[in-house]
Amino acid sequence: MSDATITTLTYLVPVGPLLAFVLILLVTRKSRTLSWIVAWLGVFAALALSWVVAFYTFAQFLTDLHELELHPLVVFSEFIWLPFGVWTPEGCANCLYMGVGVDPLTAVMLFAVGFTVTMIFIYSVGYHNWGKPIGKILGVPNHGQEEPLMARFFAFMSLFAGGMLVLVVANNLLLLFIGWEVMGLCSYLLIGFWYAREYEPDPKNPQKLPPRWASVKAFMTTRIADVIMLLGIVYFYRVFGTLTFSQAFSAESLEHALETAGATGLGIMTLLIFAGTVGKSAQWPLHVWLPNAMEGPTPVSAVIHAAAMVSAGVYLLLRIFPLIGVGLHETSFVGPVIAGVGVFTAFMAATMAVAQDDVKGVLAYSTISQLGFMVAAIGMGAYIAAAFHLITHAFFKALLFLGSGSVIHGMEHGAEHVHDHHTDPQDMMNMGGLRKKMPITFWTFLIGGLALSGFPFFSAGFWSKDEIFAEAFAKGTVEGEIVALVVFVGLVAAALLTAFYTMRQISLTFLGKPRTPLAEHAHESNRFMTIPLILLSIFAVALGWIGIPDNFMQGILPVSETRNIMHHFVGATLYELLHELGLLEQFLKTPDWSWVPLIASLLVATLGLFAGWWIYGRKPLESGQEDPLVRPLGPMYGFLMNKWYWDELYATVFIRPTVWVSETLVSQWIDKGVIDGILHIVANGYYASAGIAARIEVALFHGVDVLKDWTLEFARGLRSIQTGKIQEYALVSTIIGAVLAIMILWIASGGWSG
Amino acid sequence: MDLTSSTWLVAAVFSPLAIALLILLLPSDSKVLTRWVAFILSFVPLIFVLIMWFNYDRIDPGFQFDTGLVEWFPAIGSSFHMGVDGISLPMMLLTAILTPLAILASFNIEDRPKMYMFLFLLLETAMLGLFATLDLIVFFIFWEFSLVPMYFLIRLWGGKDRAYAGFKFFVYTMAGSLGLLLSIQIIGLSTGTFDINELYTVWVQLEGVLPVVGLDANTVKIIAYIAFVIAFAIKVPVWPFHTWLPDAHTQAPTAGSMILAGVLLKMGAYGFLRLVVPLFPQQAHDTAWVLALLGMLSIVLGGFAAFGQWDFKRLVAYSSINHMGFVVLGIAVFAWVYGLQYTTEGYRLDAIIATNGTVMQMFNHGLSAAGMFFLVGVIYERTHTRDLKQYGGIWSVLPVFGGILIFVSMASLGLPGLNGFVGEFSITRGAWGIFTFYVVLSMLGLLMTGAYILKGIGSTLHGPLKPEWKGLPSMTIREHIVIWPLMLLMLSLGLWPMWLQAVINDTVTAIFN
Repeated sequence: MSDATITTLTYLVPVGPLLAFVLILLVTRKSRTLSWIVAWLGVFAALALSWVVAFYTFAQFLTDLHELELHPLVVFSEFIWLPFGVWTPEGCANCLYMGVGVDPLTAVMLFAVGFTVTMIFIYSVGYHNWGKPIGKILGVPNHGQEEPLMARFFAFMSLFAGGMLVLVVANNLLLLFIGWEVMGLCSYLLIGFWYAREYEPDPKNPQKLPPRWASVKAFMTTRIADVIMLLGIVYFYRVFGTLTFSQAFSAESLEHALETAGATGLGIMTLLIFAGTVGKSAQWPLHVWLPNAMEGPTPVSAVIHAAAMVSAGVYLLLRIFPLIGVGLHETSFVGPVIAGVGVFTAFMAATMAVAQDDVKGVLAYSTISQLGFMVAAIGMGAYIAAAFHLITHAFFKALLFLGSGSVIHGMEHGAEHVHDHHTDPQDMMNMGGLRKKMPITFWTFLIGGLALSGFPFFSAGFWSKDEIFAEAFAKGTVEGEIVALVVFVGLVAAALLTAFYTMRQISLTFLGKPRTPLAEHAHESNRFMTIPLILLSIFAVALGWIGIPDNFMQGILPVSETRNIMHHFVGATLYELLHELGLLEQFLKTPDWSWVPLIASLLVATLGLFAGWWIYGRKPLESGQEDPLVRPLGPMYGFLMNKWYWDELYATVFIRPTVWVSETLVSQWIDKGVIDGILHIVANGYYASAGIAARIEVALFHGVDVLKDWTLEFARGLRSIQTGKIQEYALVSTIIGAVLAIMILWIASGGWSG
Repeated sequence: MDLTSSTWLVAAVFSPLAIALLILLLPSDSKVLTRWVAFILSFVPLIFVLIMWFNYDRIDPGFQFDTGLVEWFPAIGSSFHMGVDGISLPMMLLTAILTPLAILASFNIEDRPKMYMFLFLLLETAMLGLFATLDLIVFFIFWEFSLVPMYFLIRLWGGKDRAYAGFKFFVYTMAGSLGLLLSIQIIGLSTGTFDINELYTVWVQLEGVLPVVGLDANTVKIIAYIAFVIAFAIKVPVWPFHTWLPDAHTQAPTAGSMILAGVLLKMGAYGFLRLVVPLFPQQAHDTAWVLALLGMLSIVLGGFAAFGQWDFKRLVAYSSINHMGFVVLGIAVFAWVYGLQYTTEGYRLDAIIATNGTVMQMFNHGLSAAGMFFLVGVIYERTHTRDLKQYGGIWSVLPVFGGILIFVSMASLGLPGLNGFVGEFSITRGAWGIFTFYVVLSMLGLLMTGAYILKGIGSTLHGPLKPEWKGLPSMTIREHIVIWPLMLLMLSLGLWPMWLQAVINDTVTAIFN
């Protein structure tokens, strides 16, 4: 394949879904069936192109790794987007360029995103009950009936997929940001997809927001991050003079930037951009939107809040890793901040997940927690481990979300069957015994759950998590980095909780006997939904095997130079650059073999799973029985269930004051009170003085009251007293006319000098 | 001096006046005829401007379609001189595009449509003339001239508080104009010319005691500078000179708001770019931080105030203050670097980027503000309320309107990929190295932009459908024809801003080289 061809194909990667978006909205929106077909065509085209590009890159790896390490950008193309300064179409020193680039990191991302997004598109058709009788009410879920706004749903999903693919193939920060924000919009639109839905107040869950508010919360929370990130981008642009990654991230350019902006400057720049990740990947302190985002239809939760959009935050960090790397090396604060946020989030969200009863809620916190793993990994310089976990997580978390969607779908079917519209079909306390009712969902969910828990050897999550542990342990003990040691301990604790809450979820949902008639009458979902589950579960098992460390179980197994495909392939992205910067050892070396992280990993996974099974699976809960953790944890349980009360804190500290500042301080006090107040005082004063003037005038010039009339009218107008219209128009016209006439005559006669 | 090509410019400026007079000749009883004649003929100036647009040579840094100095009022040294560059031509294009759309949006005006259309076209001549002229006196005449039609549009076709709003608009602007007038006179008397191009050197280099007023040149310049700034700041409007705007907008008819936000506010910003900074480089440089501060305050307080509104039109009106704040911030960068004695390559690039962004933002805000006001008009016409608390669930009855509202709102919000982002990004980038602190603070305003836009969308479209809004009629073809060109422009400028910036950039670059 020629370079030009592959470049064209890269440009075309996001085009399919974007075209589908336009087509659905403009042409096929009246036909739900046609709309999903169009969306499918778009996403299949994207999948095909992504995989062609991804495997083309992988083929370079197979033919000549050394060559790939020297020239990791297998596709690069750009064009002038905004001209600044002197320029010609051929070239321009200061213009802003746009374009695409593909390196190994892009390739693995395309591989994962293309596939998971496609699965979710397939699944969505079944999820929205295509072919069933059509639902009557717009903007609310119509259980068991075909979604009347399915065309809109697929349009937004297509735009979303397009945005994600744009972000992945972008060769510069601005195009990445465009994809980033387009996804933010889609997230807003899709979380609020059921815009007319209302909830009755739920004492068990007082912070439950209807979808339309959840969407606002998501958009605004991420926007906080985005405006900070925008500062990071402009700072980046000013220091590097370009936004193109490959141009900014050369050894020469980085050293120049280090000179001009200083290490602290670069560190601040890094953290400003990192703020974007904190928002998009739902890291503390901006994690609060993601749990509410579960109000969207489940495919949305899967695609946006697991497989793609939230991954974008981590992808951004991987993209700007050279900058982070320099920051880690040159400053003392970049590493602790990033790793600290990551590990704190990973642990905090894992504790929250333990006390959630909503089947998607558990997964939401689990996502936050797992993203924390990746961020923490990047914060200590474990670039490849983070990328690896990002990819495996995309697959198994998409699987879990779709599985939970299938469960909800089954429960809703049960609800339809028994005409019960009050029992919450998402509450795990209302489930139980679904293993027999929904076998495919159960087995695939189990596979996904084990991957999330890090079940040894036969799950993708095990290998990627293990790599993070190994890196953290090596950096923490051998190199004596405190940060890495903290990360290691924190993440091991979080992993223990992860295995525990996953088993809790599986037990509550699938094991034992049905606790409600809903669960009793649930049944397996249709094939549109089960086939993606099966396909995804294959990856949730096997994907980990591409990342087995070269020196795995050194001493028992032979050391291989090529076993860790993931490491060598993704590592090639930055090999040459880090080599030139002298940072190769620090960031790309496979850590020396140690049994400690492996044993820790095995131990926490099995212990957590066992504990979950012991408490929830051995003696499944009876209908109406309280969670067995409530009593031993006491008030702690409430604290966890209420998500550490962050929502309440933010409402008090930020939201209410903002409303007060907007509605009262700025609108009423400043604008109407102070500014207009002064204006009205001036007007009144003028009115009064005009009145006095008028009296003097009357006294002096009996009858010459034209001026007085005008002045009084003028002043009355200011006081908003309804006056005779004709006089007022005359007044306005005359004043303008008079001003112009006086001016011209006066100047013509010589003005002051005359 | 190309007299044949300058014909297009003169024709573009004065053709609306001719059309306005023609409309006066139409029989007064035929409203339909009046509307269609006004609409169809309003394409004439657009065609002239488009001819100029496609014949404009971006490489040539000077004024093009230059009429040269045509003797007009020799007694005072004022001459008729017009010409356009890469800053004024986009503004003329904006005016010429928005006017036909605004006229089409006014087809529902039943009260004296003849008078209405007459005033509208008169307004177009004033606006086009202001952007085209290169003589201070003529500039001032067009400046004042634009006030009259707009005043009457608000006063005669406005809402129930139109008297107060119209007068406030009028008095505010006049208050600024008086100082402007005096300063223009002083400039003319001191230099003997009103030609802007000539004043760029003559007036700027003027030193010593001025014979006319007997004051030191620097003192006079400072006073004149302040007068200029206030006049244009009121028009933009810059915080705290902005309180006329929400009232004027709320009361103005839909099309009046479209033009007011779309073009009239740009006249203030254009005044800064064309006159204030080049005529007072030193003073502007020294006080650039004040402009930046006020720009930042406009962004932030405008954003908060917009979020605090429950009247949809007032919300959109305040959004103009929020967005034009970025323009002011860009102007501050322009002023700071332009007046710098020895500038460095880095600062020069900052200024080029920021000034490009400023003009882009002016154009883009013109599109999105006009679009937003139009959509508020569409919903008002159906529901007869602008109270956001009254709406709810309208997306279920007006799905297409909902989609369009979201699109235009997102353009206004500055979503990357649509037009609003380009200017804001450039301005932020340009200002970063000079007014870092203000840029950081103004991000708070950008955050509030999101908040008020979502408030607007959420209150109208989302929520359960209220029974009173069942069966609202969907958008008419006429309404679609108004909004689609705007949306296409928004999208085209978001994806491919080059087509506009290529024209702007070369002029801006020439200023700084």
